[in-house]
Amino acid sequence: MFNNFDGKVVLDNLHFLIEGMQTTLLLTVVAIIGGLLLGTLLALARLSPFKTLSFVAGTYVNFFRSMPLILVIFWFYFLVPHILGRPVGGFYSVLVAFVLFEAAYYCEIMRAGIQSVRQGQIYAGQALGLTYQQNMRYVVLPQAFRNMIPILMTQAIILFQDTSLVYVVGIKDFLVSADLVANRENRILEMFTTVAIVYFVICLSGSLFIRRLQEKFNL
Amino acid sequence: MIQLQDVSKWYGDFQVLDTCSTAVSKGEVVVVCGPSGSGKSTLIKCVNGLEPFQKGDITVDDVSVGDKATDLPKLRSRIGMVFQNFELFPHITVAENIKLAQLKVLNRNEAEAGQKAMQLLERVELADQADKFPAQLSGGQQQRVAIARALAMDPIAMLFDEPTSALDPEMINEVLDVMVELASDGMTMMVVTHEMGFARRVANRVIFMDEGRIEEDCSKDEFFDSQRGDRAQTFLSKILHH
Ligand SMILES: Nc1ncnc2c1ncn2[C@@H]1O[C@H](COP(=O)(O)OP(=O)(O)OP(=O)(O)O)[C@@H](O)[C@H]1O
Ligand SMILES: [Mg+2]
Repeated sequence: MFNNFDGKVVLDNLHFLIEGMQTTLLLTVVAIIGGLLLGTLLALARLSPFKTLSFVAGTYVNFFRSMPLILVIFWFYFLVPHILGRPVGGFYSVLVAFVLFEAAYYCEIMRAGIQSVRQGQIYAGQALGLTYQQNMRYVVLPQAFRNMIPILMTQAIILFQDTSLVYVVGIKDFLVSADLVANRENRILEMFTTVAIVYFVICLSGSLFIRRLQEKFNL
Repeated sequence: MIQLQDVSKWYGDFQVLDTCSTAVSKGEVVVVCGPSGSGKSTLIKCVNGLEPFQKGDITVDDVSVGDKATDLPKLRSRIGMVFQNFELFPHITVAENIKLAQLKVLNRNEAEAGQKAMQLLERVELADQADKFPAQLSGGQQQRVAIARALAMDPIAMLFDEPTSALDPEMINEVLDVMVELASDGMTMMVVTHEMGFARRVANRVIFMDEGRIEEDCSKDEFFDSQRGDRAQTFLSKILHH
């Protein structure tokens, strides 16, 4: 089987594979940004003194954290077009699923980040006359975010890997593209080895980058 | 200027403040001292409403701190506060620390706020540190920036909570000097400190607290010279022979 290992199939289908990778990266980036924004709002809600608000946010987080991602993907794939009453394309449904799912995890990260900011800093902001919202925005959140950078990035790497689950609804991400090529050209070993190497290299570089960041900024 | 009327506060069952009453008039410097855990920090945090209290009332410039209808952020913006651990914002520069509340609370424009920041940094002799981050400064320098940050709001009174007790001994004086100058400029000040030298130099009155109560509230001369309650005496002899 290894005797006729032919790397040329990768080069021949490079364009197709790159398109797949673009889908993977787009999903990852949008899910990170959307998830982080929504997650931060959820964290603020969870920590807010308004009981109802914090209860709703808490329920949301616990709900999504007890669902397997693959189920959420499936669910939104069928649900989103149904809610909107028109087909929106699998990609957008899946995007919504990822943002909502990731938000639950980013919420917990940001919540820990906000709680890592010392009480004295909050007093200092208050003593200067900042309102609750201003204190959050200018004093607490920037520090919370900074403290959480390593964990946020680790979560991003996990997310990058998790996007491959979109194969269940047939979206052509990197993995699905490679699978298509593999079957069409009957080069299964070559294609999946390539996929493994690409994922490995990207995730490893990400991890190394995080470690350097931690060392450099003493995070 | 600042009035406390029978202020009591509990943490659960534990009473931290027990019917504390006192007043600080305009231009007066009042030093608060007492053993650890006696409620000094709690008392001073009640003055600008950082800590809520359950009984009694506090007014600052005739505005009630305990009243639900009071705009606390607005009131706080008129009272400067300096903390034991400086509490400069670590993610922004020294100049930005001094500008932040000027811009967001007083709605000054960038030029005004920047000018005020530089003027105050010069006053505390740190103009050359404006673009550094707090972590790059010594403790004494950080505390002087913290004082400048509070003064940038043009406060009507200043609260200090043990401003020198986190400092290495050789840095204590640079901070005390700024405070002495402030006092001689006529600033109304309430200062929690064990620096009895400072109290002797600039205090008008000294308050001694123990177990949540104000045990002594008298003029500086009375406090240092005359007959005192036992605990105040014991405590004083401890810190004076320190
Ligand atoms: N958040 C809190 N919950 C419960 N008890 C508290 C809380 N904050 C302070 N206390 C208690 O209230 C008492 C008074 O505390 P406070 O910090 O006002 O004392 P202090 O006089 O400033 O002491 P120190 O000289 O150590 O700063 C202490 O016994 C402390 O343990
Ligand atoms: Mg204290």
